[in-house]
Amino acid sequence: MAFAVWKACMRSQVKELSIIVRSPSVLHKCITKRYIEFKFFPEKPLEEDETTSMNLCQAINNALYTTLINDSTAIVFGEDVAFGGVFRCTLDLQKRFGKDRVFNTPICEQGIVGFGIGCAVAGSTAVAEIQFADYIYPAFDQLVNEAAKYRYRSGNEFDCGKLTVRAPWGAVGHGSLYHSQSPESFFTHAAGLKIVIPRSPFKAKGLLLACIQDKDPCIFFEPKVLYRAAVEDVPVREYTLPLGKADILVTGDAVTLIAWGTQVHILIEVADMVKDQLKVQCEVIDLVTVNPWDMETVCNSVKKTGRAVVAHEAPLTGGFASEIAAVIQEECFLHLEAPVQRVTGFDTPFPHVFEPFYLPDKWRCFDAIKKTLAY
Amino acid sequence: MVLGKCRGLVNNIRARIGMIRRQICSVGTSSVNLKPNVDMPLFPGPQSQWTERLELIHPLSYNRIPIYRVMDREGCVLNPDEPQLEKDFVEKMYRTMILLNTMDTILYESQRQGRISFYMTSFGEEATLIGSAGAIASNDLVYAQYRETGVLMWRGFSVDQCINQCFGNCEDKGKGRQMPLHYGSKSHNFVTISSPLTTQLPQAVGSAYAYKLAKNGQCVITYFGEGAASEGDAHAAFNFASTLKCPVIFFCRNNGYAISTPTHEQYGGDGIAGHGPSYGITTIRVDGNDALAVYNATKVSREYVLAENRPVLIEAMTYRLGHHSTSDDSTAYRSVDEVKQRDSLDSPILRLRRYLEMKGWWNDSKECSWKEETRKNVLKSLARAEKVLKPEWKEMFRDVYYDMPSQLVKQMKFMEAHIEQYRDKYPVDKYMNPV
Repeated sequence: MAFAVWKACMRSQVKELSIIVRSPSVLHKCITKRYIEFKFFPEKPLEEDETTSMNLCQAINNALYTTLINDSTAIVFGEDVAFGGVFRCTLDLQKRFGKDRVFNTPICEQGIVGFGIGCAVAGSTAVAEIQFADYIYPAFDQLVNEAAKYRYRSGNEFDCGKLTVRAPWGAVGHGSLYHSQSPESFFTHAAGLKIVIPRSPFKAKGLLLACIQDKDPCIFFEPKVLYRAAVEDVPVREYTLPLGKADILVTGDAVTLIAWGTQVHILIEVADMVKDQLKVQCEVIDLVTVNPWDMETVCNSVKKTGRAVVAHEAPLTGGFASEIAAVIQEECFLHLEAPVQRVTGFDTPFPHVFEPFYLPDKWRCFDAIKKTLAY
Repeated sequence: MVLGKCRGLVNNIRARIGMIRRQICSVGTSSVNLKPNVDMPLFPGPQSQWTERLELIHPLSYNRIPIYRVMDREGCVLNPDEPQLEKDFVEKMYRTMILLNTMDTILYESQRQGRISFYMTSFGEEATLIGSAGAIASNDLVYAQYRETGVLMWRGFSVDQCINQCFGNCEDKGKGRQMPLHYGSKSHNFVTISSPLTTQLPQAVGSAYAYKLAKNGQCVITYFGEGAASEGDAHAAFNFASTLKCPVIFFCRNNGYAISTPTHEQYGGDGIAGHGPSYGITTIRVDGNDALAVYNATKVSREYVLAENRPVLIEAMTYRLGHHSTSDDSTAYRSVDEVKQRDSLDSPILRLRRYLEMKGWWNDSKECSWKEETRKNVLKSLARAEKVLKPEWKEMFRDVYYDMPSQLVKQMKFMEAHIEQYRDKYPVDKYMNPV
C-alpha cells in the first residue's frame, strides 16, 4: 500500500516543477521570497483517496486531530498550544477536545519532556511541543539520558515509546541564531531515539502519525519555512508512512543527492539544473528518518551512480552528512568514482543578515555536483 | 499564615481542605472585576494588597516550617495522632527495617570484598522509607532516586531479586545493564531507577497527570534527596504539578548531605519544605526518624492528592548515617564522632523497637531470632546469586529500540564473529550461551 502511494508520488514529482508559495500576508511572502529561495515540489496521493488541500501546519493539525479522536489517552501539550500554537499547528484542538487533553505548560522545556516521558510511562500517548528546535537543549538530558534509555535500562520493564516530541526546525529566512537551528545530529548520537523530518504536508501527516503510534520515543522536526509555503493534496483518512525508510524522489545514474526537510526541494531543483546544463541525471533521495537511517537505499543508489553529495543546513563538523559519508565510503568503496561531497551550513552560529551566504543553496549544491562529476 | 495551616494537617483533614480551597480561590483567579471607584491592584497574577510601607521581605520574617512528630526519641507517643495500626502491620514495618539494615550491612561488606562493584546503604533512613511505603497503596506508582530500597522491599521485592540486580545476573529484570541498586519492577509498580538526579520528578508529575485522566484512583509518589532538589528538574516538577493539578506526592529525604556537601551549601532558605508554598503546593515537614509520623504524613497526603488532584510536598528530616556510597569515605568531610553521636542519640530503628516493646509486641528473643534469620537468608541469597550466570552477551544489543534496527543487527553479528575468533580473550563462560 505504502509502496503504491510512493510510486504515485514519485511520478508526480518528476512531472510537476511549479513554484508554490502561499503566504498569509504580503509581508511574509516578501520575506520568504527575499531571503530563502527554494521551490516546493508537491506530490500527488493515490487517486482513490479523498483528499483536501493542506499546508504543512494544517497537515500537522490534522494528524493531531486524528490522534486525539482515535486515541482517548492522547494528550497534546507545550508552550502556548492551547490557543492554537505560535505557528497555528494546534488550532482549535483545545476547543474540540477540552483543556485536559490539549493544554499549556509552564515555560520549561526540561519539564515538558520529563512530563511527557512520565505520561508515556503511565500509558498516555503524549505529544509534546518544543516551540523551536533551538530551545530543545534544556530538555537534552531528559531526551538523551532518560527517553532514549528507558526501555534498555529497565530490561523492557518500562518504556516511553508513546512519547513524541514535535519541534519547528530549520532556516526560515530571518530567524538568526535561535529560530533557525537544525539540531538533529546532536540526537543521532543517542541510541534509542528516532529522529524524523518530513519534506511536505503529505509526508508530515503520515510520518507524524507513524511517530505517535511508534513504540519508541520520536523527535519530529517540522521545517517551519514550509508551514505555510508548502501546500498539497493530503488524504483525509488516517494513514501512516514507514519510519526508517528513505524515499527516492528522482531516479538517476550520474550522482546520488541526499538531503532531508526543506533541503530536499533544493536538491530536486538542482537535479533539474544539472539535467539542463550538464546533461546528466541525478538521483535525489529524501532520507526522511535521520536515525535509524536507511543505509540500504542510500548505499544501493551510490553503488549505481558511483558519486554522492549530501546536503544539510546544519554546520559541517559533526553534522549527519559526516556519518552518511563515512558509511558510503565503507560500504561503496569500490564503486566510488569521486570523494563524497558534503554541502552544509558553515561551522558558525546561524547568522541573521548573512543567511543567504550561510545556507547550502542551489548554487553551492550545483557547484559541488559539477566538481564531483569532473573529478 | 500558610504555616499555620500546615500545622493542622493531620489533626483535621476536612477543615484543612476547606481552608486550602479558600486559599486557592484567593490566589488562583486571573479575571478581575474592574471597578473604577475601588482602589485595588489590577495586575494579572496572584491577588495582593497595596502597601505604602517600604519594606524588604526578609526570609526570617516567616516562621520556619515545624517538624511534625508522633513519638519522642524514646518511642513514647506524645501526640494524639498515634495511628491505630494493627500489631502485625507495625511488626512488618519493623521487620522490614531490620531486613533492609541487615542486607545493607552484608552487601556493603561484599562490595568491600570486591564481590559486587558498587553499593549504597540506607542506614539512618529506614523509618523514612518504610513509614512512607506503608502509607501508600501497593498500586500507587513509585519513582525513586536510589536510596529507597526499603520501599521496594515493603512491596515484596525479595532479597534474591535485590541481590540478582546487584550482580547483574540472568535473573535480574534489568538484564544486568545498570549499576547495582538501580532496581525497578513493573509488578511492584516501582519505576526503574536511573542515575541522573531529579529526572524522575517531572516524569512522576506526567504519570500522575495520566492517572488523573484515567481516573484510576491511584497516585504517584516520587522520592528525592535534598541535594537533588537543587536541580532544575525539581523546579520544573513542582511548577508543573501545581499548575497542571497532578495527584503526586513529592517525598524529600533531607539527610543533611549530598555526598560531601552539607545543606548550608545546598540552599539558603527554609529547606525543601520552604519551596512548597511558593509553588502553591501543600506542604509538611516531618521527623524522618519517626516511622509513625512519616506514616501519618504520607497517609494524609495520599488522601489529599487523590481528593483534590493536587500535589503535596513532604520533607522528611533525617541523617545519612552511612557513607554516600561504597565509592565514598565520609570521614573526609565529617567526623566519626558526629555520626556516632547521631546514631546513639536518634536511631529510627531503635525508636520503633521501643514503641513495639511498650505495646508488648516485641522482645529480645524475637529480635535475636529475626536478626539471625535475615542474616542467614541474605548470606544464602548472596552465595546463590554469585554463582548464577550473567545474561547472554547479546542482551547488550536488545531493547535499545522495540525492534532492533538493521545497523544494530549488523553490529551484533560483527561481535558474534569477533567472539568466535577471539573466544579465549572474553569471559564467555560466565555468561549464558547465546541462543
